[in-house]
Amino acid sequence: MSFNMNSIWEWANPRKFMRWTDKALPVVAVLAAVVFVAGLVWGFFFTPDDYRQGATVKIFYIHVPAAMMAINIWAMMLVTSLIWIVRRHHVSVLAAKSAASIGMTMTLIALITGAVWGKPMWGTYWEWDPRLTSFLILFLFYVGYMALWEAVENPDTAADLTSVLCLVGSVFAILSRYAVLFWNQGLHQGASLSMDAEENVADVYWYPALVCIAGFVLLFIALVLLRTRTEIRARRLHAIELRERAENA
Amino acid sequence: MIRLFWRDITLAFRSGGGFGLGLGFFLILVTLVPFGVGPDSAQLQIIAPGILWVGALLACLLSLDRMFALDYEDGSLDLLLTAPIPLEGVVAVKALAHWITTGLPLVIAAPALGFLLHLDMAAYKWLIITLLVGTPALSFIGAFGAALTVSLKRGGLLMSLLVLPLYIPTLIFGAEVVRRGAEGFLVGTPLALQAGITAGAIALLPFAAAAALRVAAR
Repeated sequence: MSFNMNSIWEWANPRKFMRWTDKALPVVAVLAAVVFVAGLVWGFFFTPDDYRQGATVKIFYIHVPAAMMAINIWAMMLVTSLIWIVRRHHVSVLAAKSAASIGMTMTLIALITGAVWGKPMWGTYWEWDPRLTSFLILFLFYVGYMALWEAVENPDTAADLTSVLCLVGSVFAILSRYAVLFWNQGLHQGASLSMDAEENVADVYWYPALVCIAGFVLLFIALVLLRTRTEIRARRLHAIELRERAENA
Repeated sequence: MIRLFWRDITLAFRSGGGFGLGLGFFLILVTLVPFGVGPDSAQLQIIAPGILWVGALLACLLSLDRMFALDYEDGSLDLLLTAPIPLEGVVAVKALAHWITTGLPLVIAAPALGFLLHLDMAAYKWLIITLLVGTPALSFIGAFGAALTVSLKRGGLLMSLLVLPLYIPTLIFGAEVVRRGAEGFLVGTPLALQAGITAGAIALLPFAAAAALRVAAR
């Protein structure tokens, strides 16, 4: 990376983005794989079983990070959509587009692992609990966002419309999150990994969980870089095709 | 703007304007429910608030795609874009007209349909009040969804996918008010929260919808 850094926005130049991600992507990908495997192996094989929950507690090394990512990816999409609306950087909105399907998958992972754990522990796969319900709603928001991207043909129009949807959707996602609290009392336990909470999960589970969270974050960064690069290449290919068609005509 | 308001209302009332369509849909939905869950009146009484609210929601959704699509097709939306009135105002007026032709009839018809579902006597008052407070939010949120999908050829299905999740908070508070009213609890909190959502939707969503319309007309 020998180019002169004048401002943070230079990173968003597609050509420079391609150049630095070309070097960064393998590093992040390998790091993600190592941390991910380390966290999961530590969590699965080197922590004791919980005295009440038994081995089922270990699903949380996937469940908790996936749930955190599901929310944080939407927040990241909100920021990148805002950057698109304000500064019109194509890379930014393409990153939001790439992140959406990853976020949807994370939401699905959180829902499914939760259901698998819920059956032996709560006696039910699904309960209309506030947290569960708001995740289902979040899943619907991801689906709607991606469907709008697919439906609009002109890429710039699609970028504008999905960005506006992301902004409005964020407000309503938060509203729904607190509205469902009003509507039903929950089964789901409270936060157990917070920095400020007095009673957290025991250290023996806490450290491998942190490693797993780091693994999920790295995995997300690697995937979003990869997918954004794919999107940029798809745009370039599209531009080349259009040019050739114009020359032949 | 006042003329635009009357234009929208007259268009909706004329044949093919879709007035009454939502109302008929509401009636059919409420008729279908007892066939699905059985004619037990005690059971119907329990689910009546939810059915009435979900029915109002879907009936509202049904007529949304007409809000901008017809104007987009015949070009009058382009005229409105260049007109010397703010597009946000146009959106607000059109959403208001949509509420008068769709939301208000639902509010008036809902008690009759509540009768069919054996709604608790104490809940009628709250059903009317909460629909009156909540349905404007449905029209304004719907205006945003309609603006997002106006340029798409088959946007109707996509619009319901986009709009229905946005309706969730309104639905939760609306059905909660009626349920609490039926059981004789205090309804102040959910009603105030719902009024807050409506006020926020009226104040802010015309801007989002106008932004989407400008993109669509580009």
